[in-house]
Amino acid sequence: MSKPKIAFYWAGSCGGCEVAVVDLGEKIYDVVDAFDIVFWPVAIDTKYDDIRNLEDGEIEVCFFNGCIRNEENEEIARLLRQKSKVMIAFGSCSHLGGIPGLGNLSSRDETLDYVYRKTPVSGNEGGTMPCTTCVKDGNTIDLPALRTEVSALNDVVDVDYYIPGCPPPLPVIEGAVAALMNGELPRKGAVLSTEKTVCDECDKEKRKKMVGKARRIYDDDVDPSRCLLEQGIPCMGPATRGGCEAACPSANMPCTGCMGPPPASQEQGSRMVTAITSLIGVENEREATAEEVAEALASLRDPVGFFYMYSLPTSFLKRRYNDE
Amino acid sequence: MGVAVYICHCGVNIAKTVDVKKVVEEIEKMPEVTICRDYQYMCSDPGQELVKKDINKYQPSSVVIAACSPRMHYPTFQGTLKEAKMNPYCLEMANIREQCSWVHEDKERATEKAISLVKSAVAKAALLEPLIENEVPVTPAALVIGGGIAGIQSALDIAEAGYKVYLVEREPSIGGHMAQFDKTFPTLDCAACILTPKMVDVARHPNIELRAYSEVEDISGYIGNFKVKIRKKPRYVSEEHCVACGDCATECRLADRIPNEFDHNLSKRSAIYVPFPQAVPLKYTIDPDRCLMITRGKCGKSPKCVDACSANAIDFEQKEEVEEVEVGTIVVATGYSEFDPAQKPELHFNDLGNVLTGLQFERIFAPNGPTSGELVINGKVPKKIAFASCTGSRDKRVGNPYCSRVCCMYIAKQAHLVKEHIPDADVSVYYCDVRAFGKGYEEFYERVQKEGVHYRRGLISEVYEEDGRVHVRGEDSLMAEPFDEGVDLLVLGTGIIPNADSNEMGQLLHISNSSDGFYLEAHPKLRPVDTVTDGIFLAGCAQGPKDIPDTVAQAGAAAAHVIDVLSKGKITIEPYNAVVDTDLCGGCRICESLCPFDAHHFNEEKGVMEINDTLCKGCGVCGAACPAGAISLNHFRDTQIFAQIGAVLND
Repeated sequence: MSKPKIAFYWAGSCGGCEVAVVDLGEKIYDVVDAFDIVFWPVAIDTKYDDIRNLEDGEIEVCFFNGCIRNEENEEIARLLRQKSKVMIAFGSCSHLGGIPGLGNLSSRDETLDYVYRKTPVSGNEGGTMPCTTCVKDGNTIDLPALRTEVSALNDVVDVDYYIPGCPPPLPVIEGAVAALMNGELPRKGAVLSTEKTVCDECDKEKRKKMVGKARRIYDDDVDPSRCLLEQGIPCMGPATRGGCEAACPSANMPCTGCMGPPPASQEQGSRMVTAITSLIGVENEREATAEEVAEALASLRDPVGFFYMYSLPTSFLKRRYNDE
Repeated sequence: MGVAVYICHCGVNIAKTVDVKKVVEEIEKMPEVTICRDYQYMCSDPGQELVKKDINKYQPSSVVIAACSPRMHYPTFQGTLKEAKMNPYCLEMANIREQCSWVHEDKERATEKAISLVKSAVAKAALLEPLIENEVPVTPAALVIGGGIAGIQSALDIAEAGYKVYLVEREPSIGGHMAQFDKTFPTLDCAACILTPKMVDVARHPNIELRAYSEVEDISGYIGNFKVKIRKKPRYVSEEHCVACGDCATECRLADRIPNEFDHNLSKRSAIYVPFPQAVPLKYTIDPDRCLMITRGKCGKSPKCVDACSANAIDFEQKEEVEEVEVGTIVVATGYSEFDPAQKPELHFNDLGNVLTGLQFERIFAPNGPTSGELVINGKVPKKIAFASCTGSRDKRVGNPYCSRVCCMYIAKQAHLVKEHIPDADVSVYYCDVRAFGKGYEEFYERVQKEGVHYRRGLISEVYEEDGRVHVRGEDSLMAEPFDEGVDLLVLGTGIIPNADSNEMGQLLHISNSSDGFYLEAHPKLRPVDTVTDGIFLAGCAQGPKDIPDTVAQAGAAAAHVIDVLSKGKITIEPYNAVVDTDLCGGCRICESLCPFDAHHFNEEKGVMEINDTLCKGCGVCGAACPAGAISLNHFRDTQIFAQIGAVLND
């Protein structure tokens, strides 16, 4: 009897998720023993037609990483959904939109214009822009079109589970694979990680919070034994699901929020916005004046990039709305 | 199971603008709804009976009443549910009166809105959980802050009911402003004759612990169990030994050299003093800001007070003492301050000698005042006197838009007293409206007019001095002509303002100040004595300007509330508190410093936050700030609120 089939796919992403799978090391053999890998473009030579030729639902599990940035991402997401029993969004991009999701702050035209014409290294004197169809030597070449906005996987297809992280931390992947192999998957829609926040795993000493102005990690002496947020360094840990064993704070870098919102949080960015803004003025034991609030907020660099580094397309904000 | 829904007509209040039958039709279609009815007056006895019968018959999991504001009748219908043996928190109200019928005219659209509001309430009601009220024991004692007439009355009432009272007064004597008055309007009772016996009662009452010359430094805890730190300032005089003979004050090197604040600086006192001869406790106090021994470390060869005191009561080594007491309830009776007319430069209050404030003039009449009750100003008997009403009240320019409520009447009283002292005096009152609203007030105002006091409508716009007389200038708006009168004395009808430290005191007590700076009552009509913090009540001018009868009435009401709490021995606490899901709390401690009630406690061992049910007032600040979404507010959970929003938006 043939083994159950699994697939891996790489959509709009950097490739880090693929490396995270390879990071499994020899544990990957357990996976190979238990499953047939029918599709894994980064590692084995398979074609889209191989998937098209499968029966619907013939793939047991599909691990899909990357956001939906272009039409090809979307088409293959739909195809894999159709052919797979269990669809898993793997990594921040497919889970929440990821860092490419910040592309939603610009329109498609702005993005293309910048990338092809305005970067210091563009060197595009003729101002050539990419197009979806091109005829060369009598042959027509089609390219997938860039979508007007970046989406997470569940914006285009139904998703069964999410493995969070940028890339997903090894223990989280191992836990998910073990659950899969033992048939111990939780209710549909679950995020396969811990339920508590990063703070729970962060062993820095935490006291009553008093945040004044935001500082940056290189600004001043930072006490590595104490909570970074308390020292004025914006850290997304309190609003972020754990499972990463607080990898970044342990290395004295603030959490950037890649694991996404914890279970009871509707929205990671706004949760952190209310948390941080609530604390402004607390140290003076009185209500902060409008000027103090403005000053404190101005000290926080790149607010969207901080609060929504990974989750903009799946947030209430979703994108900047242009005329297009 | 399911939700039982009742739509109230409120007579025509709702039914006139909302098609109640149509609402019933629409709500009946909702799958969550077991039964939906309407009735003329849901809050009436038959209305409540209807709900009770249905509860017994259908056993709904929750009840929705669509009627007026929950502030009005939520407790009423909670009672209905309780009587029907149902958890009183499985109740949701849709406010289709104040928020719908009363503010709309278009019946069709108002009906649509009412349907949305009820649907939203049903969506939440379907997710309500039964909540259990907490009970905590009550410490059978009360703290009264402020020893004016309000605090004295409250303290005596509570003490008479058999409970211990700590009465804290920051000045060396109790008595407050009332002790400075001569007569009271409109009955012309002698203030001292009605006040001083009460002051003596306070000193003698076995249940009252008087802490004069003391301040409340810190308050923690919650209704039934407050912990209060009282700081007793050093008098540098042993209260035990001082017999108040007064020899020390007579001998003091600074005798008759220090402005006497009790007389509003119209007389002088020594560095060791009692504010007034009837003070309670009648013990001398050394002014630490003026006494030479304290400010310079030496006073001649030896302090004369020490030499004069045959009781050996002077003790320069005395230190402040901090005492911690436990009480179940607190009455805030911190009183008021007088408006400073220097804020109105056109009055030249500090430049001109013959301009007095209302309270200064009050001292002139007082037999224990600077002139021993003789109406003499700067050595002369004034023959022509003007009163300026609304000084610092109803005046947006100085930030006091409110009416001080006493000035019109004390001006009338003082005008009467002038006429009594000097029958041929020419007395004019410059006013913009006369507010004689209390019992016997209008009659008194008429009486004063008949006595020959002139009332001229028009506020004084400028004061200046010419030929040794004070001139008042303005426009008589009834005669439509300007006036410019030289007078011997101008008395300002200075208004009532909150104490300078009312904001800090409010923060200490966790109670709010209204926009005018006075303490905010829980409801302007129905809970005028309560504050938003359970167990803390208001009495007197601390809550807003008041005359003596109203102050005494409110002080009695505050005492009744205190006795009500203390006599029960235990109190139930509304379970609308924040709860931490310890499976989700990551222990970041962001919520902790935000809690205005110090209800959060970090469990170091488990690394999670814990919230004290009785301290938590359910304000929701922590829930909003919790970045993990681990804190939710009972009865206002995110899921419940999102269901409410969803139901409105789905339409």
